[in-house]
Amino acid sequence: MGDCHRCPVAAVLSAKSHAGPRSVAIVGPPNAGKSTLFNRLTGLRQKVANFPGVTVEEHVGRVTLEGGGEVDLIDLPGIYSLEPRSEDEQVTRDVLMGQSAVRARPEAVILILDSTNLGRHLMLAAPILGLGLPTLVVLNMADDLASRGGKVDDVALSEQLGAPVALISASRGEGIEAIWKFLSERVAQPSPVDLPLLNNVPHCRLWAQRVGDNAAYHPPAPPLWTTRLDAVFLHPVVGPAVFFAVILAVFQAIFTGATPLMDGVHDLIAWSGTLVGALIPNGALRSLVVDGVWAGVGAVVVFLPQILLLFLFLGILEDSGYLARAALIADRTMARVGLQGKSFIPLLSAYACAVPAILATRTIENKRDRIATILIAPFMTCSARLPVYTLIIAAFVPDKHILGPFLGARAAALLGLYLLGFTAAFITAKVLKSSILKSQRNSFVMEMPPYRMPTLRSLALRLYDRSKIFLRRAGTIILWVSIAIWCLAHLPLDHGHVPPIEKSLAGTMGRTIEPAIQPLGFNWKIGVGLITSLAAREVIISTLGTIYGIEGESHGTGLQAAIQRDLNLAGAVALMVFFAFAMQCMSTIAVVRKETGGWRWPIAQFLYMTGLAYSSAWVAHSVIMRFYM
Amino acid sequence: MQLSFKRDADGHLAAGSEPTTLAHLRRGEHAVIDRLDVPDDIARRLMELGFLPGSTVTAGLSAPGGDPRVFQVDGSEIALRKETAARMKLRSKQKRSRPVSA
Repeated sequence: MGDCHRCPVAAVLSAKSHAGPRSVAIVGPPNAGKSTLFNRLTGLRQKVANFPGVTVEEHVGRVTLEGGGEVDLIDLPGIYSLEPRSEDEQVTRDVLMGQSAVRARPEAVILILDSTNLGRHLMLAAPILGLGLPTLVVLNMADDLASRGGKVDDVALSEQLGAPVALISASRGEGIEAIWKFLSERVAQPSPVDLPLLNNVPHCRLWAQRVGDNAAYHPPAPPLWTTRLDAVFLHPVVGPAVFFAVILAVFQAIFTGATPLMDGVHDLIAWSGTLVGALIPNGALRSLVVDGVWAGVGAVVVFLPQILLLFLFLGILEDSGYLARAALIADRTMARVGLQGKSFIPLLSAYACAVPAILATRTIENKRDRIATILIAPFMTCSARLPVYTLIIAAFVPDKHILGPFLGARAAALLGLYLLGFTAAFITAKVLKSSILKSQRNSFVMEMPPYRMPTLRSLALRLYDRSKIFLRRAGTIILWVSIAIWCLAHLPLDHGHVPPIEKSLAGTMGRTIEPAIQPLGFNWKIGVGLITSLAAREVIISTLGTIYGIEGESHGTGLQAAIQRDLNLAGAVALMVFFAFAMQCMSTIAVVRKETGGWRWPIAQFLYMTGLAYSSAWVAHSVIMRFYM
Repeated sequence: MQLSFKRDADGHLAAGSEPTTLAHLRRGEHAVIDRLDVPDDIARRLMELGFLPGSTVTAGLSAPGGDPRVFQVDGSEIALRKETAARMKLRSKQKRSRPVSA
């Protein structure tokens, strides 16, 4: 296919399976189900959540049709009209108008609207039909519409809009055949219908009303469960109590729930390491594979169950719609530091990873609010810090209950570290918003989606996606750093023999910076870890894994026991404080540069965070040494 | 419809008088929007969300402390901060239904 599509005459003559559009954009208002439909059609692991503004840049997935033709589907951020107010809406407008620098104008459009809220959602049909591109109007959540007693005549609506209409349920996969048909057939321009004045919102709304009335649209009853659940979650007393209970439960589960799984993965890695080691003749290669690669990569892979558990909880909170309520509850607190509830969304996703969080700031309309949110996002405790914290806490904090079975000392320590990052973020925001990034108090306008039951399919896709990202990192950056560290720890050769590790290149590197980190209670081994963790935080674990793996013959103890020898309590606390504040992540630096359009902000941010990390770690170490040791 | 507006969080409202902005509405009360006293670009977004002159808005639940509050309008639930709600002026009720005591 391909060539015939550039020439309409050839397209008419070509086979049916080749006749469809080559690229189709999926557009719709926020939370109409664009990404759910995109996932359903492509099987590509696009993130879906029951939260307005999940898609902040365009995603492309190629689908193969039954006849063998191919279509590029473009999932675009949600819009209310073609008048953008934020960066993500600008992306959609540019792609649809053919003004995007990176993407050609799509040949057809799937307009997806929430059938349970058609009165308002139909307003978007006016500017989209006005584009003149072949359009399929998809009315999503047809199952909800029917179960709540609403109805619409899709044939009449199709006549009113001059475009085909399909009633579907993207989450259940009902009615999707109509979309496959649209994708595979040669599509027609929309028939001309009367469109309202696009720059006049009341006029558009009246038009949408008339179209809906002529299509016998009967809106459904309000969602009963949403009303019931909101009475609890937005209750002045019960609401915040539930909020904190949920957070505590998540922390406790991350620690206690993940332990058996992590032990299992740990044993599996140790067992496979021995197995692989036995296949390789004794010598440098076996040492590289077993002590370098297996010890280094394995030390990080052990944390996969814990990270997946965190993402499972975040996924349930997002997909259910609870997160929008949490943003509402948090808005007052955010306002106190000069930000708004919308900043809460990226900040919460920064608990998973700062990179998508920084991309998610595109939904914030105000430029200064957006920069401030970007600058504080890396303070939120991302999942790459979790392995570092877990390792040190498990080595230094006793496994005791402090609040009965509900909260153990280790979970409490972890929660404390999360609070530490959160506090640094808020103080930084306050300083920025009352100085260089001062702006007027902003309007906070946010749609509250109805609660929905998270589907297993969506949660499973999320965890699959996250495992892939995590293992890819383990297979690339962590693997290479492990090999590099192994080499650095074995060179330069001393009369053809491996040098003692203190005299190796890695040892020299560590010893060079040792004077600078000694006041924090770190020795040269931790120093090597600090250098390598500039690439990514969890690399310190693989580095220590490799270094101790090399030493392993003499000690034969686990990473946890090894770290207890090299750090005292003051040093351990200082190390965790350092990791809470330092910006050790190349991906984050790169995305900040991209999103702020220059090196100015990422450099300032790096210097600030590293300075804060160093001085706070020094204070923590000094205080503990003085009063507790 | 009869509603009492004697109590108000900000004290802007005299006892028994009518609410004049969306911020005066308490949970469960509804009123009709008259005009939006906000900059054009924000007005456009609010109208796209359903806050059009002539639309009926019902005040819903709020965050602890009453701000921001969720409003039901045009089939959806939209949360607004008090200062935004305070700039949405309401249509006087007298035109539509006369108070019993007047």
